[in-house]
Amino acid sequence: MNELLTYAGMVLMLIGGIFLFLGGLGIFRMPDTYNRLQAGTKATTLGGMSVILSIGLLEPSWFVKTLVLVIFIALSNPISSHALARANYKRGNRPYLKGGSEYDQYKEVYDPQEKPDKEEEKA
Amino acid sequence: MEKSSSGGKVTRFLFTWFLLFVVWLMFTSTFATQEVITGAAVSWLIAIPTNRFFTNVRLHHFSPLTLFYIVEYLFIFLWALLVANLDVARRVISPTLPINPGIVKFKTSLTSDFAKMILANSITLTPGTLSVDIIDDTFYIHWIDVKSLEPEECRQEIAGKFEKVLLKIF
Amino acid sequence: MLQIIIYITLGFMLFGIIFSTLRFIKGPTAADRTVALDTLTTISVALLVMISYISHRFIYVDIALVYGVLGFIGVLVIARYLEGAL
Repeated sequence: MNELLTYAGMVLMLIGGIFLFLGGLGIFRMPDTYNRLQAGTKATTLGGMSVILSIGLLEPSWFVKTLVLVIFIALSNPISSHALARANYKRGNRPYLKGGSEYDQYKEVYDPQEKPDKEEEKA
Repeated sequence: MEKSSSGGKVTRFLFTWFLLFVVWLMFTSTFATQEVITGAAVSWLIAIPTNRFFTNVRLHHFSPLTLFYIVEYLFIFLWALLVANLDVARRVISPTLPINPGIVKFKTSLTSDFAKMILANSITLTPGTLSVDIIDDTFYIHWIDVKSLEPEECRQEIAGKFEKVLLKIF
Repeated sequence: MLQIIIYITLGFMLFGIIFSTLRFIKGPTAADRTVALDTLTTISVALLVMISYISHRFIYVDIALVYGVLGFIGVLVIARYLEGAL
């Protein structure tokens, strides 16, 4: 039983390491901020989750605490990437488009002349 | 959104308190008496000012059937996360960067804010999509490989399987 | 066996950190740097948990959690600032 957990932990750890590396590589290679966010968020979320979970499997008495970390990462990473994407668009950085301007349907909402404060609800 | 009756307020407070207490128990990972009592007191104190902002979910949302759907959702989500990562890995490694990005929009039929947040988070972690903004019930999604510009087709393609389960939960 | 796997994983993480740091230095916009910072935070949290396992110190897991929370709040604050809402 214990050996089984160790092997599962090793496999998870290796997978996690590879995905963390791919996240870094994706951030380096992609052409604009939105695509960097895509690669960075997805790869590092799964990578971080599986590395942390693998430690929980290798050391079963830590399992519950590592589970808290895994849940926290799964909840917090998408939120921060969403906030960054919206902030980036509001600053005026338009996405890199291959197929022409009709591929950007978000344009209709955002008018650069308008003050962004107006549509903010009270935080 | 629901009317906040006084009974709703109480269950909302209890839900917040219960969630904070579970996090405390998991984090200390001990059942020593003084730890449990301190945790109950501290999470009670924190829940008093924060339960207004925290959630609209009440305890009466939870039934055995809901728990089953939540587990089903979790499995769909984990599978989508795995597919998404293999997809990203393929795009990052291949030397030509096969991407065709764009921002598409679609309308959702979910009404509760919490369900919308869950859906937006899931969309961010599924293959090739990243939620940029939610205005009322319109989602704006950055899609790394745009297949269609029609809102209805986008909805089917991006959110179809999550929305079906979420509509059953909320 | 476990030793080798740990070394390989640490190597992968090192290269991930190197590439994100390069993006952090290159920019070109503030949002790009923040994306790199977010990635670095997640990699560091995973690394802290690895270190706590290697040196057998349970307390480092707490530090990883606190660092994750602080990094998350930091990225949110930077995003709000870039939006012009702060």
